[in-house]
Amino acid sequence: MMGLFEPVTAVLGIPAVAAALLVALPGYRLTATLNVIATFLTFLAAVSLFFGRPQPTPYLLVDDLNNVFIVLTTFVGFTTSVFSASYIGHELDIGRLTPRFLRFYHAMYQLLMFAMNLALIANNIGMMWVAIELATLTTVLMVGIYRTHEALEAAWKYFILGSVGIALALFGTILVYMAARPVLGEGLNAMVWTVLVTRAGAFDPALLNVAFVFLLLGYGTKVGLAPLHAWLPDAHAEGPTPISAVLSGLLLNVALYALLRFKMLLALNPAALAPGPLMVTMGLISLVFAAFMLYRRRDIKRMFAYSSIEHMGIITFAFGMGGPLANFAGLLHMTMHSLTKSAIFFAVGHIAQVKGTQRIADMGGLTETNPVLGWGLVLGVVAIAGLPPLGIFMSEFLVVTSTFARVPWLAIVLVLGILIGVAGLFLRLNTIAFGEPRGATAKAEASYVPMFAHLALVFAAGIYIPPVLVAWFENVAKLLG
Amino acid sequence: MRGLTFDVAHLLAGTLVLVSFLELYQDRLYALLNMYALHALVLALSVAWQAYIQNAPHLYVTAAIALIFKAIIIPVALHRIIVRLGIHREIEKVVGVGSAMLLGMGLVALSMVVMLRVTAEADPLAREDLAFALAVVLLGLLMMVTRRNAVSQMVGFMSLENGLVLAATGAKGMPLVVEISIAFSILIAFIVIGIFLFCIRERFDTVDLQALDRFRGERG
Repeated sequence: MMGLFEPVTAVLGIPAVAAALLVALPGYRLTATLNVIATFLTFLAAVSLFFGRPQPTPYLLVDDLNNVFIVLTTFVGFTTSVFSASYIGHELDIGRLTPRFLRFYHAMYQLLMFAMNLALIANNIGMMWVAIELATLTTVLMVGIYRTHEALEAAWKYFILGSVGIALALFGTILVYMAARPVLGEGLNAMVWTVLVTRAGAFDPALLNVAFVFLLLGYGTKVGLAPLHAWLPDAHAEGPTPISAVLSGLLLNVALYALLRFKMLLALNPAALAPGPLMVTMGLISLVFAAFMLYRRRDIKRMFAYSSIEHMGIITFAFGMGGPLANFAGLLHMTMHSLTKSAIFFAVGHIAQVKGTQRIADMGGLTETNPVLGWGLVLGVVAIAGLPPLGIFMSEFLVVTSTFARVPWLAIVLVLGILIGVAGLFLRLNTIAFGEPRGATAKAEASYVPMFAHLALVFAAGIYIPPVLVAWFENVAKLLG
Repeated sequence: MRGLTFDVAHLLAGTLVLVSFLELYQDRLYALLNMYALHALVLALSVAWQAYIQNAPHLYVTAAIALIFKAIIIPVALHRIIVRLGIHREIEKVVGVGSAMLLGMGLVALSMVVMLRVTAEADPLAREDLAFALAVVLLGLLMMVTRRNAVSQMVGFMSLENGLVLAATGAKGMPLVVEISIAFSILIAFIVIGIFLFCIRERFDTVDLQALDRFRGERG
């Protein structure tokens, strides 16, 4: 397609160039606008990948699987940048951020977008690892950006746990190379996805098994699976809210995508262990654990962080079950969760600004004092809880029914976990959104467009998913095995 | 010749595990940093030897980075930070030296059992290297878990990375991309940690992470 305009180059190049520009440019209005424009252009470039994709090179690859992820990532990246513009403006007004840090923030935002796109588009397991490491480092810096006690502690914890996870993942990556080397020969080929999958059946299964355990622990830390999740609530609660939205909605998905790729590799080798049961176990543990943890949360962002762990658990569970239907459900759930959770964080960010606190005890009666925000949050929670007819209901329903058909007792645990989580969420929602207004209040200066756009998409998906999309997801689900 | 190259590689990798053990029970920060410098030095030698026997000149770059950056610059810089923070006299309570050593031995045994068993068909040099590398990685993890002090945790993390470099160089013919990325990530990681240490110092007047736990959002 069209000589000058190469979608892949654009998806990677626009954020990189924008990051460099944003470091240099002064002024909040200008940089925030530029940030929005850059993410929008990246999104357009990502969409154009649907219509024509380049041949894979040893470093870059676009196929049916990652195309979905890239479009989702760039879309949420774009809407979050719109939200971020109004959110950050407020933070600047109340002096939580200085203009110098703001410049740094925007540059880091673009760098994070670059890193995530690179991780998704990489055809090389080494490069994918480098990209995820880069994404981790940029988010560490962003989480610590407020320079408060809590923010620094959260950033430190995230950094230490994230690095250990990343280190284990690298060890796993090296082991995969070791397994591939006798078959594919030394050098680049033994690290390229498209080459690896052609010969995966001939790899040494024992080595692949150990590699997968390391990869699961390593990237699983980044996905936030229990018991490796300890960094996640702190990082979500103490960083700027747009970063919480991007972390929950996107970065967790990127880490899970890496795991899925390796799972596909293992599935091609009949002698290797089945990765499914491991993922099912970790997913289920995360779900049940996070569901119980929802009850005693006092911080609103922390609560939704635990809800993210819960949903990543469900998604990992679905992919662990495998098969066309469960994989389809997993993909759908991942998409819906990204959209819904970031919408919730958009609402929560403005609510925290209006109330001047993140403590749930100091909030109440939001639907009376700030009706749009309050009802927006209610809608978001209803969506994330999986009530019909919204999108998450569809995907959770599919996960449960497909499990019920195969391993009924697992489905019972799954349903219990989901129900416990839903009850916990509604309990808190009741205090926040309804009843007597409590705590300080102010007029919201918010841009509601991103939040309601996401919720509208989730709502629409619950009622009607275009057949093209269904066919696409079904195709990818088959690929995942 | 085959026998000698193998033995030397084996010896160097084994020494790296040994130095990891030495790090494990140092209770003074200075001594710990010296041990880390030694760790990096042994790594540099080991990588250089791999470069020689594999006929892979690009690995010399990795060896040079290990030598210059990790064995000299980082320890010196950390020395300075420690002096500036005024914690160079502090003696750190290492959680039960005896049990840490025992756990360490258990981890080494574990990595031997796991790696030697699964790599039965790989070439002997690579498999021994990989087993040692895993031992170094696990010992680094153990150190991060048993230490409370931010500087020692950092040393633990850096030894862990050394183990990864050992594994990556032991895997014959692994593309250069990876080695450079490892070195690069350590550089970035170091800067990040450095910045954080200064901020932590500013805010809390201590680098004892136990003190940080008080500021957890949800307590009280």
